[in-house]
Amino acid sequence: MTENLTANRLQSSGAYALELDGVARHFGALVALSGIDMRIAAGERRAVLGSNGAGKTTLFNAVTGDFLPTAGRIRFFGEDITDLPPHERIRRGLRRTYQISQLFKGLSVLDSIFLACRGVSRRRFSLLRPAAADVNMVQARSILEAVHLEAHRDALVATLSHGQQRQLEIALALAGAPRFILFDEPAAGLSPTERRDLVAILNALPKHIGFIIIEHDLDVALRVADYVSMMHNGHLFKEGTPQEIEADPEVQQIYLGGKHG
Amino acid sequence: MSLATAADGAAPQQNWLDKIGAGHVILAVALLLYPLVASDFFLTQIAGYSMIFGVLSLSLMLLAGYGGMLSLAQITVAGIAAYAVAILGSNNSSVLGFGWPWWIVVPFAVAAAAVSSALIGWISVRTEGIYTLMITLAIATATFYFAQQNYAIFNGHSGYAGIHAPVFWGINWRDPKPFYYLCLGLAMLSYAAVLYGSRSTFGMTLQAIRDNPRRMRALGYHVTAHKVFAWFLAGILAGLAGVLLVWFNGRVSPGTIGVDVAIDILIIAVIGGLRHPIGPFVGAIVVILMQTFAIDIVGAERFNTLIGLAFLVIVFVSPDGILGLWGRIKPHLAQESLRAGP
Repeated sequence: MTENLTANRLQSSGAYALELDGVARHFGALVALSGIDMRIAAGERRAVLGSNGAGKTTLFNAVTGDFLPTAGRIRFFGEDITDLPPHERIRRGLRRTYQISQLFKGLSVLDSIFLACRGVSRRRFSLLRPAAADVNMVQARSILEAVHLEAHRDALVATLSHGQQRQLEIALALAGAPRFILFDEPAAGLSPTERRDLVAILNALPKHIGFIIIEHDLDVALRVADYVSMMHNGHLFKEGTPQEIEADPEVQQIYLGGKHG
Repeated sequence: MSLATAADGAAPQQNWLDKIGAGHVILAVALLLYPLVASDFFLTQIAGYSMIFGVLSLSLMLLAGYGGMLSLAQITVAGIAAYAVAILGSNNSSVLGFGWPWWIVVPFAVAAAAVSSALIGWISVRTEGIYTLMITLAIATATFYFAQQNYAIFNGHSGYAGIHAPVFWGINWRDPKPFYYLCLGLAMLSYAAVLYGSRSTFGMTLQAIRDNPRRMRALGYHVTAHKVFAWFLAGILAGLAGVLLVWFNGRVSPGTIGVDVAIDILIIAVIGGLRHPIGPFVGAIVVILMQTFAIDIVGAERFNTLIGLAFLVIVFVSPDGILGLWGRIKPHLAQESLRAGP
C-alpha cells in the first residue's frame, strides 16, 4: 500500500487529488503557514498531526478558500483552484468539516443533509418543496443511514447532542458526490464509543474518496490514515507511514511527549 | 418551522383539509364573509389598508425572519411600483403619464419594484444586522429626498394624483367591496406563497444562510446570489402592495415613501412577530387600528405616544411579538384543558 502511494506521488499531476506548491498564509506579522508543499494521491487518506497553532486548520482554510493563501498555488485533480471562491471549489468535489460544528440550528437533520446534497445540484434556487422521491432527498436519507442518524431525521439540529452534531458535520461533507474531504478534528469531544463509531464511518467510506484528517487523537488518526504529515509552526517537517511516525524519536519529542498527546 | 411536518410527503394522499389546516379554512371563510357585516369604512380603511401593509410587512418578514436581513427600504420598493403605476398609466398631474392599460402597467411596476429591491439587496448584503438596517435606511431616505426634489420624473413635492384603480368586468375595483376582495386576494396569495415557499428548497436555503452563511458556502452555495434572490422575491410582494396602495390612495407623493412609513412597517413586523407569515398581518391590524382610533382616545397631539407605548409593552413582554405571546399562552391553555378533562 505504502509503496503504491509513493509511486503515485511521482506520477503526473493528474493522479493527485490535491497538490500544494509553496502555500503560505500570513496574518500581519504572524506566519501561520510557510511554504507548504504537499502531494496527495487520489483516494489517499492522510492524517495531519501537530500541536495547537501548528497551522493545520489554516491549511484547510487555504484549500477550501475560506481564507485565500498569501502565496503559492493549489491544484485539485490537476485544476488550479487557488483563485476560485469557496462554493466553486465545493462544486468540483471538495468538502470539509469544521473543528467547531457549523450547522443550521433552525433546520431539521434531514433538511440539513438535503441542502448539502442540493448545494451541488442545479436546483438550488427551486421555489418548490422537494418531493419525498426527489433525488437529493433520496441521497440525504442514505447519508442519514451512513452516519447512523436515522432516529433523529426530523429533530431540529439545535436539539442534537454534541456527538450527534459531530456526526451531522460528517454527513454534510459526504453529501453530493465528494471526491476529497478535509476532516477538521472530527473526534473532538467524542466519547470512546463515539470515536469507535467515527473510525468505522471513516473506514467505510467508498475507496475513491480521499481525505485529510486533522486529529489530536492518534488512535483515531493512525487507524484511518495511509500516510501521516507532521506540522509544526506553519511548516511540514516530517512525512511517513503511521508506523514510521509513531516510532520517530523527534515526533515523540515534539508531539507525543508533549501536553497534546 | 413547526409547520414543517407536512412537507415530508410521508402521506401523499393526505386529506386536503389536514394539508391546509382547519384554522386557515375558518379564517378564510370569515374573511370572505366579512363584507356582509362590515361598513365601507371598516372594509377599506381598516381591513383593506391593513392587508396592504400586511403584505408590505410580509416582504420584510421574508427577508428578516427567514433571511436574517432587516430592511427599512420596503416602502421605498413599494413606492417605486406606485410611481411606476402613476407614470406608466394615467394621472392628472400633467408631467408624465403614458396612459398604458393597467394589465401592462402592473407587471411593469412589479418588475421595476422587484429589480430595484434586488439592487438594494445587492448593495446591502455585504453588511449584517444593524448595518443592513442603517444602509437600507440611507437608501430609503435618499429615495425620499430624490423624489421630493426631482420634478422631471417624480413631480417633486406634490407627486402624482388622479390615479384610478382599473375598471373591468363591469366592476370598479376601487369600490369598497371589490377593493376589499382585491386586497384579500393578494394577502391570501402572498401568505400562502410565503408559507409554502418557507419549506421549498430556496426557503430552506435562505434559513440555512441565516443560521450559518459560512457553512452554506462550504456546501457549494453562492450565498450572495441567494440573498439577492430573496430581495427580488420580497420586491415582488412589496411591489404588488405598492400597486394596491396607489390605487387605494389615488395618489403617490414623497410622503408615501417617507421614513416614518418605513418605520411603521418595521413596527408592524416586530409587533406581529417575524417567526411566521401570519405575524405581519396581525401586526398590521393592531397598528392600523391604533393609528385610526388612538386619536379618539388621546387626541391628535398624543396618539403617537400611545402607539409607542403599546409597541414598548409588546416588545418588552414578548420579543417575538404577538405571535410569541400566543406561543407562550397556548401551552398553558392546553394544560388547563387537560386539567378540566376527565
